[in-house]
Amino acid sequence: MNAPARPRNAVETALIDSFAPAGARALREAAMARFAARGLPTRRDEPWHYTDLRGAMRDALPLAGAPDATIIAAVRARLAPARGVRAVLIDGHYVSGLSQGAEGVRLAPLAAALAEGAADDMIAGYGLGAGDAAVDLNTALMQDGALIDVSAGADADIEIVDVAAGGARASYGRSALRMGKGARARLVETRLALAPAANQRNAALIIDIGDLAALEHVVETRGDGEEAVQVQSLMVRMGRAARFESFALTMTGGLWRRQIFARLDGEGAHFALRGASLLHRRQHGDTTLVVEHNARECESREFFRTIVDDEATGVFQGKIVVRSHAQKTDGAMKANALLLRDGAGMFNKPELEIFADDVACGHGATVAQLDEAQVFYAQARGIPRRIAEAMLVEAFAGEAVDYVPDEALRERFRAEIHDWLAAGDA
Amino acid sequence: MLEIRNLHASVGGKQIINGLTLRVKAGEVAAVMGPNGSGKSTLSYVISGRAGYEVTDGEVLLNGENILELSPDLRAARGLFLAFQYPLEIPGVATMTFLKAAMNAQRKARGEAELSTPEFMKRVRAASDKLGVRQEMLRRPLNVGFSGGEKKRMEVLQMALLEPKFGILDETDSGLDIDALRVVSEGVNALRSPERGFLVITHYQRLLDHIKPDTVHVLSKGRIVKTGGPELALELEQNGYRDYVAEEAA
Repeated sequence: MNAPARPRNAVETALIDSFAPAGARALREAAMARFAARGLPTRRDEPWHYTDLRGAMRDALPLAGAPDATIIAAVRARLAPARGVRAVLIDGHYVSGLSQGAEGVRLAPLAAALAEGAADDMIAGYGLGAGDAAVDLNTALMQDGALIDVSAGADADIEIVDVAAGGARASYGRSALRMGKGARARLVETRLALAPAANQRNAALIIDIGDLAALEHVVETRGDGEEAVQVQSLMVRMGRAARFESFALTMTGGLWRRQIFARLDGEGAHFALRGASLLHRRQHGDTTLVVEHNARECESREFFRTIVDDEATGVFQGKIVVRSHAQKTDGAMKANALLLRDGAGMFNKPELEIFADDVACGHGATVAQLDEAQVFYAQARGIPRRIAEAMLVEAFAGEAVDYVPDEALRERFRAEIHDWLAAGDA
Repeated sequence: MLEIRNLHASVGGKQIINGLTLRVKAGEVAAVMGPNGSGKSTLSYVISGRAGYEVTDGEVLLNGENILELSPDLRAARGLFLAFQYPLEIPGVATMTFLKAAMNAQRKARGEAELSTPEFMKRVRAASDKLGVRQEMLRRPLNVGFSGGEKKRMEVLQMALLEPKFGILDETDSGLDIDALRVVSEGVNALRSPERGFLVITHYQRLLDHIKPDTVHVLSKGRIVKTGGPELALELEQNGYRDYVAEEAA
């Protein structure tokens, strides 16, 4: 549903005026034309009904430049030794000095590929998310990023580190991962900010999982400032009998939206998207996903836990679309939110659009407060109320964290959630 | 040991306990029997301090100390234990983790050192072996997906580990088949000692075949209306609660 035309505001005009395509001209122009026609999304745009991006973006911030040596050194100091492939982006710029490839994997900067005229599906995103204002803006304004190509049959550990250096700047990073037939990989994405800032981060990651390939994906987002505005778009396309297991831990500042556009193009693909989000202060966190079953006998699992404290607002929108030819689809989506205070809010909107007749799809969504009966039960065993509550809240998030395949990461996430909750008590 | 004096309590503005007086000595097992709606579960919640159960008059003394002003966890640390009629499921918290948190919280409240992990494990193993609780169950989230019998067994396991001075069993027989009832009762009987008292709240006499009470009290409309020995339970089994309900109504 197109929103009625409305006059452009200064931010939209500035964004359109800043458009100076370098490489992938046709792709960028088409995206910018869509953006120019629609502008930034408001509550009147159905997919953005709970997150007013137009209202949140008060300025079109200047694009962040390439990082200087001091910033690169500061990021280097934060990095543990790489286990395999590592791609480091700072403010949307690929930093080759901090990145490294590995056997069976081709790693290249996006900017260089664009300069050479590349604009293939891997960069374009297979049409996923096209028409979404944030994705279109990223396509039109993408600066740089990592292109990661895993050869057929290869096995790789991959890390993408995406850093905001600080300062009121905008960044439009875009990375892509393509996995050849039968390849296996573990991808850990770390999204952090060196210093909290009133910045605008619009990042996109495009993942193409080839036939019989399998990817485990974990993404953690932390450290953004309370004035930051951030959109992360994840586009996933899956081939026949491909597997994708994804988990996101998001406990960051400001207004953020994580949007996932996935299309299961090959028969028998398995797609699992899970996450835990923790929100406090006046933060606004939006997880929106559109999963399209476009082939027979695919399975999708979605499981999200949101903890909302103080005056924060959580949003979960999950849409599962089953095309008429996607018979024998098996889909199950669960989204539960826990509100810790009266001022906290949550919008939970699961949606099923099923055009096939032989499918098993279900969803469950709850918004609740801590169960007083459980708290009393723990107290009756001698556990003080404050500790009982913390235990139950941690357990609520922990049930999502349980899906993280790597034990060390799982333990780290648990500890970070514990600290986050403990800090809230102070 | 436990002394309840002229207790009055209400829930949601409705008076449920109306001047209840009851005394249980150390080493004694006192059964409280009553028809549905007589205030049995309310009594257990009032003693253990559940929010929403408002005491309007009276006292509950545990070893001479009025515990009504204490939070539920402090009552537990003083040695009070409630075995729930419907044990709560605690998703995401492994049974072991919960047990350790409970034992150490009580020790801390009493100014004792925390248990070392090996010592904790040793105690859990010994207690769970006795009750036939499988180690695998201890790794699962507490009570989640447990059968009715497993949940009640877990209550008794917790009681064994926490070593309370006084235990309240709230309709522990509900939802149990004969075999589970025997196992759970044996677990309780093993904890009987001259220093420990029990309040066994039940609707049916059958639990008292397994956990033999020293005294039996009939609860009706929030008060103890008759007190006797074990024979009183048999009498109730034969005649039902009619006499007491009618007597009150008259």
